[in-house]
Amino acid sequence: MNEVMTSGSGARELIAFRVGVQEFCVDIMAVREIRGWTAATVLPQSPGYICGVINLRGAVLPIVDFAVRLGLPRSEPTARHVIIVVQIDRQMVGLLVDAVSDILTMNDNAIQPTPDVASDVVKSFVRGLMPVDGRMISLISLDHVLPAVEREAA
Amino acid sequence: MDPMAEIRETFFQECEEQLGELESGLMRMETGQTDSETVNAVFRAVHSIKGGAGAFGLEDLVHFAHVFETVLDLIRSGRLEPSPEAMRVMLRASDALADLVRAARDGSATDPARIAAIVAELRQLTGEGDAGEAEDDDFADIAFAAVPVTLESEDAPPPPPPGWVIRFKPLADLYAKANEAGLLLRELGRLGPMRVTVDAETLPDLAALDPEGAYLTWTIVLEADCTEDMIRAVFEFVEDDCEIQIERDQPEAREPAPSAAANSGQPSDDEILALLRNAAASVEAPAAPEPVPMPEPESRPQPGIVAVAPPAPPAEPEPVSTVTETPAARNDAAQGVGATIRVDLDRVDRLIDLVGELVINEAMLSQRVFEAGLARASAVMTALDELEQLTREIQDSVMAIRAQPVRSVFQRMPRLVREVATMTGKQVRLLTDGETTEVDKTVIERIVDPLTHMIRNAIDHGLESTEARLAAGKPAEGVVKLTALHRSGRIVIEVEDDGAGINRERVRAKAVEKGLVSPDAQLTDEEIDNLIFMPGFSTASEISDISGRGVGMDVVRRSVQALGGRISIASRPGKGSTFTLSLPLTLAVLDGMVVSVDGHTLIVPLSAIVETLQPRSEQVHTLGVDVRVLAMRGGYIPLVDVGAALGYRDMPVEPEKSVALLVEGEGGVRAVLVVDGIQGQRQVVIKSLEANYRAVPGIAAATVMGDGRVALILDVDAIVSVTRSDNLRVDASRVEPILMSAS
Repeated sequence: MNEVMTSGSGARELIAFRVGVQEFCVDIMAVREIRGWTAATVLPQSPGYICGVINLRGAVLPIVDFAVRLGLPRSEPTARHVIIVVQIDRQMVGLLVDAVSDILTMNDNAIQPTPDVASDVVKSFVRGLMPVDGRMISLISLDHVLPAVEREAA
Repeated sequence: MDPMAEIRETFFQECEEQLGELESGLMRMETGQTDSETVNAVFRAVHSIKGGAGAFGLEDLVHFAHVFETVLDLIRSGRLEPSPEAMRVMLRASDALADLVRAARDGSATDPARIAAIVAELRQLTGEGDAGEAEDDDFADIAFAAVPVTLESEDAPPPPPPGWVIRFKPLADLYAKANEAGLLLRELGRLGPMRVTVDAETLPDLAALDPEGAYLTWTIVLEADCTEDMIRAVFEFVEDDCEIQIERDQPEAREPAPSAAANSGQPSDDEILALLRNAAASVEAPAAPEPVPMPEPESRPQPGIVAVAPPAPPAEPEPVSTVTETPAARNDAAQGVGATIRVDLDRVDRLIDLVGELVINEAMLSQRVFEAGLARASAVMTALDELEQLTREIQDSVMAIRAQPVRSVFQRMPRLVREVATMTGKQVRLLTDGETTEVDKTVIERIVDPLTHMIRNAIDHGLESTEARLAAGKPAEGVVKLTALHRSGRIVIEVEDDGAGINRERVRAKAVEKGLVSPDAQLTDEEIDNLIFMPGFSTASEISDISGRGVGMDVVRRSVQALGGRISIASRPGKGSTFTLSLPLTLAVLDGMVVSVDGHTLIVPLSAIVETLQPRSEQVHTLGVDVRVLAMRGGYIPLVDVGAALGYRDMPVEPEKSVALLVEGEGGVRAVLVVDGIQGQRQVVIKSLEANYRAVPGIAAATVMGDGRVALILDVDAIVSVTRSDNLRVDASRVEPILMSAS
């Protein structure tokens, strides 16, 4: 779906967001909407990174705490937190992040390959790194982050 | 979808309707209603199936339908008595026809031997093997729309066979129903060479012409060695909307014709054009008259070209028969069809979803306004009340779109009854009542299996053998009654038999033998009757393969409960048994009890709750390390702390400080659920968790509450099964009478 590295050198738009002190981005085509935090209903017997479910105009939307998913400390959600609603295949999932920071237009060749590091999290989610104004933004592949939720669940 | 597949699908949908008509018609005939209206309806059903099947080249189906139709035609014309034997053959034939239709639809195979046997039986009814050449011609005619050949009367073989004179005067209604005289004439032309003359004498001046009127009369001289019925068949769909006389062509009568025939034998240019157009159109559906809007002005021949010939006066005016049937029945049927539309189910479901959101939004708005502290009588609150009422009404109406009469399920049952009756050698009559009772489509689809099983059960186990019935002073024919009705927002379906009732001694002995109850248990009659619903209780080992297809009544009960329904039994020895199913009208909403557990709001389906209670500390006993049971009415029922079971809290709360719900899960297993408090009852819209996430153990689904938050609906079966272990299996509480929850 959003396999960034495989496509040519076309420009693509990305939504950048902040979790803790790190910045990440996802392909804008996968993002359905961005909304403020609303209290989620806790789901019993679910993995730690699932905050629960919220009502998205009548549909039940699971919320993934992105920080926990990446192995970072849990963020205590406040009204200033943001849920990025993304579509992965036919499912909609909300990503709880600290803030949306930017919309970037990037050429594929501006994306640096992920260095070979030992972290499994980095290996499974980060598809590339981008230097932007001295900051480093990690490109997240949703295909690899979230179907993993399903596989783990199954 | 490609257009042909779409048409094909429509054809099979219509076939199902025709098969339903056929069966109900035959049932009426069986009860002695052999009036022409009923017989015609049956004939039409088979004829329509045959026609459509021909268009799709379904040879087996066409062949079978044709043989069937021949028999029906004999009955229709009074040449065959609809005797009980004949009716039985025809009912079997309708079953076989249904099989063939389904086989054609699914591409599956039918048992050729069985079909052949029924064909043979049908042929026996018609007298002999008059399924000769004539039939084969008929098939060819249907399979290939051989349009142009027969129109060219000049090229027709010279030997003039005995012909027919047909006088055809369409009434205005015929055109109003989008039939066209030209098409019918063309259809007639397939039977053989013909000469057509038009009588336009009644045609008024243009100024006086009513564009929707009918003024023309055609006289057709048909040189074909066919039966009158074949001619009538051409006009079958319009016979109520025209005057038609069919007579044998007398040589003298034909004499005056040739002068006119020189002109009128040749179709006018306009007619040829129209015929060509229609021929092209009808290749797709040769059996049905093509609906052509407003045909009258176009198809009216130009006066200058067609000679106005007086209708050939028959030398001996002896109309063989004149159709004077009342058109009332057909009109009713036509209106019934016109009043419905086929809608893609997805669209309806989308609408239901949207209305569900509207209801939630409306509730949220009300709550916000209430929180804003506006006066109860303020204009805003009044308007909101109206909005609420309106929303509920919209919701009800939208739900009603999905509702369908249970007829579609009930219609399957007569066949089942016949099959089981034949297998068991019993005589059974099925009575149905309340077929028009409506319930959600999904519910209908999912009650077929339980109901099928219950009917099988009623015949196989419920009814006695014919000898036993006679010995008991009952009529030899057993009666199974199937009833549907609405009762307090639910649909109730009853299956009643007039058999011997439940043999309580045998049931009890069996339950003891299987270790389901202890030998010294004191059980009321009702408790014994309800033993048959217990898992592991099945009398299948002794009895045939009819009921015992590895499915016991416990499976029936489970599938009913999965629908949020309940099943109960009432039995009177020697008089029979009644099984009562009570089901929700829809699966999109659910009546639930809103409870709070450790600060979370949960919904418990009301259908699972037997009663609510406040446990006293002396009732609670601890068993082993962590199992707690509640002493209740002489039995012990396991206690389940919902908060702990779902992992909301580690330590169970003290039951005596909480509220308890006595629930009944799958297979009548009972448990007491401990919750912190009850907030109330409400109807909730069911939302799937699987759509965007996955199934969660212990949770059946979710819903959205008035404050816009998601609340989870408890999966009672899963929670109850947490408590199940071997030492609890023999549990007196499980055979307690089933109480209907107050819903």
